[in-house]
Amino acid sequence: MKLKSLTSAIAVLALGAGAAAAAEDSQLIINGETEIVTWTKAPEHMENVDEIRSGWTFRSEETQALQMDDFDNPGMIFVDQARETWDQVDGSEGKSCASCHGTPEEGMAGVRAVYPKWNEAAGEVRTLEMQINDCRENRMGAEKWGYTSGSIVNMTALITLQSRGMPVNVAIDGPVKETWEQGKELYYTRTGQLELSCANCHEDNYDNLIRADHLSQGQINGFPAYRLKNAKLNSVHARFKGCVRDTRAETYSPGSDEFIALELYVASRGNGLSVEGPSVRN
Amino acid sequence: MASGVKPRVKVPKSAAAGEAVTIKTLISHKMESGQRKDSDGNLIPRSIINRFTCDFNGANVIDVTLEPAISTNPYFEFEAKVDAAGEFKFTWYDDDGSVYEDAKSIAIG
Repeated sequence: MKLKSLTSAIAVLALGAGAAAAAEDSQLIINGETEIVTWTKAPEHMENVDEIRSGWTFRSEETQALQMDDFDNPGMIFVDQARETWDQVDGSEGKSCASCHGTPEEGMAGVRAVYPKWNEAAGEVRTLEMQINDCRENRMGAEKWGYTSGSIVNMTALITLQSRGMPVNVAIDGPVKETWEQGKELYYTRTGQLELSCANCHEDNYDNLIRADHLSQGQINGFPAYRLKNAKLNSVHARFKGCVRDTRAETYSPGSDEFIALELYVASRGNGLSVEGPSVRN
Repeated sequence: MASGVKPRVKVPKSAAAGEAVTIKTLISHKMESGQRKDSDGNLIPRSIINRFTCDFNGANVIDVTLEPAISTNPYFEFEAKVDAAGEFKFTWYDDDGSVYEDAKSIAIG
């Protein structure tokens, strides 16, 4: 008898865990108009995963709902702040973002979807943050923003919003190939006292629970992400840092070559998902 | 003086007479609880929105007292029954004496 009640308790638990995951047919449509691809076929280069899923599909219904309407999405507060910054003149050249790029809607459509990407003139792979800071330093004559500072994260959110709904499409061959390979290497390298690589959680164990956390595939198509835990937008590199720290390792710095390479590789694992940022996660 | 405060409201443009409409409001505000300390160990003074009200054509719809445990950017969602066309008036009261207002009109049809 005792055994029987134990099994039924386990059945209830399993049911509870199942309810936390999104049903395969749940769909993300923002503001009733923008359809978001959250679940699709994995890109060719991924050897161990058949289907890629946005982090949205791993969250609870309540968190998912926050992203379906921009009024409910707390990340939009920070987009509004960036919109003000966009028009503000800063630096020695007397320019604002708007001086060269017009409105964000005109100037920034489709930009997020292809970053990080190769910059021919500089001969390097650039993230969106690097490009913003290059603009500030060299075109505006303004001071660079800190790599994960509020100002820059909010600005990436405003820029990302202009590509929302478009498929992530970062290049992985040509001049970026070497950096991409380096990122892939990092993805599969175990770090820290816990000896965990990105793949151990996000490839081998996604959809499982790690204590109370429902592990996602670690996709970054939804970044910058508003996290309920810290009530602000979080950049990709800040999230990487948190993850590497959780393996109990000394982390790379946000903006470092290692994280740039990792961002390129992880972004390419999401090729085919929609740009979703600013997203809401827990 | 709290900075970066901006009220937002979402009200449907029209409703059927007698319909209960959903109203969403959000105000960006840091909601400093008054219990945190800065890096020198000094108490950061409390600065919160302490009251929120909504009126429809002069009649009160909701009147909320907010306490320091409410987190940043307080969001309220509630329903109001609309019998006639008119205007919703929203008011937020700040600890520092500032009052923030917004208004939205709704039609019947």
